[in-house]
Amino acid sequence: MKNPNDTASSPVSGGALGTPAAAPSQPDWQRKYGGWIVVLVILGVLCVLPFHMKFYHIELSILYFMSVILAVSYRLVTTTGDWGFAHIILQGVGAYATALLAKHAGIPFIVMVPLAGLVAAAVGAIIMIPMLRTKGFAFFIASFAFGEFIRMVWMKVNNPFGGTGGIVNIPSPELFGLKLTSSVNYYFACMAFMVAAVFIIWRLDRSRIGNAWKSIHTDDMLAECMGINVARYRTLAFMVGSFFAGIAGALLAYRMGSIDPHNFEITQMVYLVIWVVIGGASTFWGPLIGVTILTIAFEWSRPLLEWRPLMFGSLLIMFLIFLPGGIESLLPALRRPPGEHYARFRRWLTNNRPG
Amino acid sequence: MALLEIRNLSKNFGGLAAVSDLDLDVEEGEIRGIIGPNGAGKTTLFNVISGTYRPSGGTIKLEGKSIAGKRPSTIAAMGAVRTFQHTALFEDFDTMGNVSIARHLHAKETIFGAILGTARKMELENEKRAEEIIEFIGLGEVKHELSINLSHGHQRALNVAMALAAEPRLLMLDEPVAGMNPSETATMTDIIRKLRNDWGITVILVEHDMRTVMDVCEHITVINFGQKLAEGSPDEIISNPEVIEAYLGSDDVLGEDF
Repeated sequence: MKNPNDTASSPVSGGALGTPAAAPSQPDWQRKYGGWIVVLVILGVLCVLPFHMKFYHIELSILYFMSVILAVSYRLVTTTGDWGFAHIILQGVGAYATALLAKHAGIPFIVMVPLAGLVAAAVGAIIMIPMLRTKGFAFFIASFAFGEFIRMVWMKVNNPFGGTGGIVNIPSPELFGLKLTSSVNYYFACMAFMVAAVFIIWRLDRSRIGNAWKSIHTDDMLAECMGINVARYRTLAFMVGSFFAGIAGALLAYRMGSIDPHNFEITQMVYLVIWVVIGGASTFWGPLIGVTILTIAFEWSRPLLEWRPLMFGSLLIMFLIFLPGGIESLLPALRRPPGEHYARFRRWLTNNRPG
Repeated sequence: MALLEIRNLSKNFGGLAAVSDLDLDVEEGEIRGIIGPNGAGKTTLFNVISGTYRPSGGTIKLEGKSIAGKRPSTIAAMGAVRTFQHTALFEDFDTMGNVSIARHLHAKETIFGAILGTARKMELENEKRAEEIIEFIGLGEVKHELSINLSHGHQRALNVAMALAAEPRLLMLDEPVAGMNPSETATMTDIIRKLRNDWGITVILVEHDMRTVMDVCEHITVINFGQKLAEGSPDEIISNPEVIEAYLGSDDVLGEDF
């Protein structure tokens, strides 16, 4: 690792962003900054795009940004091995918190969105306490049950949740006097939250904490005996995931102006799982790929409305049989084991210091 | 005061008493062997000490502080770390990554530190220590290999390296030389001795390989049916008629083994 002739040991923070593996023939700048350049280009395109898109497509992109936050944060929870089925419900918690607090307490947009995340994280922590006793399939069922319980509360309790009718007249978002009701403005607000969420989750994924989460997935008993408090770390992962789900919920509530329990139905959760499974959950980039490709596929299949569940269901089955690693497993650059990402992160932390 | 003090320890599974009314004292700086026939309760004893199982009764004290019924991670933080009978690794990670993850207790990182990447100094020290441990265990050549690709001997050695990364005062090794060839066994025996002599770590060893146990341990405790049968130096154990009868069987086996 300390050998200066070892090309792989040069600090490659940029390459970790998903550019092809550093081949020795690549020029140094490409290996170092290639990943960042790709990201900057994508961000640049996203900044220009809304001025050249139809209204409908801007609205679609806004929903896409929320989906990205959901998919990436859901994948973060799954790195501990906890494939839950309540992520959309936690998005709903954020949305309901937004609807109630923005409407009745008049909390401004910029405070409300992170606050909705905190509320979702708190609810996530509470339902995680009993769910810690389960793992694997039992966790899946338990989280589904808790999620449906919360949804039933929304449906049955009229005050303050508004029952099946939900909550209407959520105040329109405003940022320092700038109205965010126009599509383009809201597009940029959502994009900012999406970029922040993706960056934070990416950082967490390759940090020591992220690798403690992955070690729990591999062997929770070994992790526990090495001093990792499994209960605490699973709860932490679930809370961080719920936090970002809550943020996606707040963004949704502000955009729709009204929410009801049907926004957070099980079909939504199934689509979320399909995004993550088809993209692949073993690297950070899989869910991003999955949600991007499937959002486009979803739009193309609009004329086949009734056939959609059948189509996406068969697609999921096909992927599980023929490509269980997801689309990411087709891209050799992404197919590195998590340990390699961790090694690169540690190298970046330790070798690339000033002085 | 003994480093590890166990009094009247019992562990029942339904009607089966896997460990019953067991007393055990392990002094600081000792290498203690625990032997006994299959199903005698050796591994259960380890599981109870390390917190994997809750004891049904009795007390366990580490440096005078009770550890009975605590979480394994808490017990590890208090200084007692175990390895497993089976090879247990974080397979997706390389040797360094495994040891680095096992440094968890001594490389605390906050969630904000993780996002901002401010853990630089801590990780640097951490990396240095991880390399030290890997060199000590003799895994220097394979430190960037994925752990799943290592040979069996290296994997077992990595298990010990990971336990060491938690900086234990008491190291509990569950069959460390199981399935090893003679030269790997000799290396492991050396490591265990050096751990105690150079690093001052107290070691408890559960092992079926009699040659290793007799070779490396100063004190041996024999367990049968969850109870202590005998305790003493290797010579005393070999010549104890009860042990010979209950565990080692006939004179033939003795003659072959020693």
